[in-house]
Amino acid sequence: MSGVSDAELREMTQEERVNALGMTTEQLTGKSLYIEFDPDAQERFAYPWAPDVDFNKRTEVDAGELTNTEVNSRIRDLMAEGYGTIVLQNPRGKHSLAVGILSRLNLIIEGSTGYFGVGLIDGPNVRINGRVGWSCAENMMSGTVVVEKNAGSTFGAAIRGGDLVCRGSVGSRTGIDMKGGTIIVGGDTGALSGFMMQRGRMVVCGNAGKNLGDSMYDGTIYVGGEIRSLGVDAVTADLTGLDKDWLTRKLTQYGLMPDNGVGHFTKIVAGKQLWNYDNLEPNEKKLIL
Amino acid sequence: MCGIAGIIHKGRRANVGAEMTSMLQALKHRGPDSTGYAVYGDPGEGEYVMRLKIAEAEDMEIGRSIHDRLEERIVAVDSILASHGAEVKVKERVRPYALRYVLNHEGDTGDMAEHIEETEGVEILSLGNGLELIKDLGDAGSVAEAYGIGDFEGTHGIGHTRMATESDVDIKSAHPYWAFPYNDVSVVHNGQITNYWIMRREMERKGHRFMSDCDSELLAVYTAHHLANGVQLEESLRRSIDEIDGVFTYLVCTRDQLGMAKDTMAAKPLVLYESDDLIAMASEEVAIRAIFPEEIDTYDPYDEEVRVWQA
Repeated sequence: MSGVSDAELREMTQEERVNALGMTTEQLTGKSLYIEFDPDAQERFAYPWAPDVDFNKRTEVDAGELTNTEVNSRIRDLMAEGYGTIVLQNPRGKHSLAVGILSRLNLIIEGSTGYFGVGLIDGPNVRINGRVGWSCAENMMSGTVVVEKNAGSTFGAAIRGGDLVCRGSVGSRTGIDMKGGTIIVGGDTGALSGFMMQRGRMVVCGNAGKNLGDSMYDGTIYVGGEIRSLGVDAVTADLTGLDKDWLTRKLTQYGLMPDNGVGHFTKIVAGKQLWNYDNLEPNEKKLIL
Repeated sequence: MCGIAGIIHKGRRANVGAEMTSMLQALKHRGPDSTGYAVYGDPGEGEYVMRLKIAEAEDMEIGRSIHDRLEERIVAVDSILASHGAEVKVKERVRPYALRYVLNHEGDTGDMAEHIEETEGVEILSLGNGLELIKDLGDAGSVAEAYGIGDFEGTHGIGHTRMATESDVDIKSAHPYWAFPYNDVSVVHNGQITNYWIMRREMERKGHRFMSDCDSELLAVYTAHHLANGVQLEESLRRSIDEIDGVFTYLVCTRDQLGMAKDTMAAKPLVLYESDDLIAMASEEVAIRAIFPEEIDTYDPYDEEVRVWQA
């Protein structure tokens, strides 16, 4: 499907949108990879204990003299008070800031964070006006995280959903073990990006380091620049119209659309020669027999 | 885990002692066992600075007899210096087990260094025209206070906070390592070298000595070997990526240079900040932020990346 307009998308049901945007087109053959997004399961996307916040209620936190634990506690307290927009000032490279936020929140971090920033989140929209250290947004489940500068290694390790964007370049092992969601890198990425990737999409507008997609089970990687080398069992695939539509939509959304379009992107998928995808587990065989 | 940090000012001097202390203290959580500095100043034309330890810190617990032994070792060192024609201009006993000498010497410093280390319990931590290497147990704050590093003026330096893994918690296993007997070369390292024993035996066959069983010392010896044979620092760093196995990021300083190398897996972190007149690097962003309150742009070097900067 190609050329879907915003107007058409607005008229569609969520399920139709999911299909139209190519969210179910991966060649999934593994037994655990058929679990699809269920648009009707609304109640699964909010935690009963998540505070009801008002995005128009805004406040600031100065992290300069606080420990990372104090910062995180302060964010939780403010959310409990209904604050839906929080600006974090002076993060100064502290580790594990804004982790474990499991509900809606507009979080703006004015500066750079250290390791494991915004990890284990499920729902917030985060903008980081600085650089992030290793393992930013690890295990992210939903929401958006936009990093305005560079990022360290293991960016988006094991993410399961949401959009994770770095406008600059990122370190090595980007999206290692990712199980869903989208990672977008405006610049370059280092070695072993997409290592053991299981699902989701990664877009690298610049160059990719060696062993890209090594041992990936599934998912898709798009690279706009040079690829130093592909990893074991990672292979190139044809860039379809659907891929181009999706890339155009996503890159435009985050202001990263290249001047020369997306036709030059290389698509990488799993060769699926490394793992025996069609073998059933013994207990599954028993069920069938 | 360990933490490493480095800073180099281009064409000017600054308080690198205080800068390094701030950076290393911010990395304390990566290694609280010991802290070390290799800072580069300017002792004066024709002068050498020698830092040495005459015992381990823990030796001071042995009993009263250790003090007599330390006095004997100092007398032995002074005697050897005199026998090599070295004029002692300054002699400071910074700690009961650590001394600092400023020397005038015109002969072969390598030969003199080897002679000094024949003295039981004595290890030269550094010898050179600019390098001063200080390392001890504890965090950066306590080591800086004990050795008066906070007001050290110089052009560049590297440092290390150590979490001991494969060797003892003592001064001889602490970083940085001086590239004995090559003047003014020092190394700090974060990682594990998996072909350490093969490489060590190769270096020992070439006549180099090791003072510890710490794999990081290999990098200092390896670098010294190359520099002594006319290999430029950048080329030595590049060769190390091919010849040394394991996961590592390490920093090397010479009299007027600071270099870095990262292994093929990029498994050990380093964050870099570069401006027109200053380059700072550390295992973690938080260390760089310790000396830059304002917002700056930093990045991670990639796998197999080698860089060298001039003071």
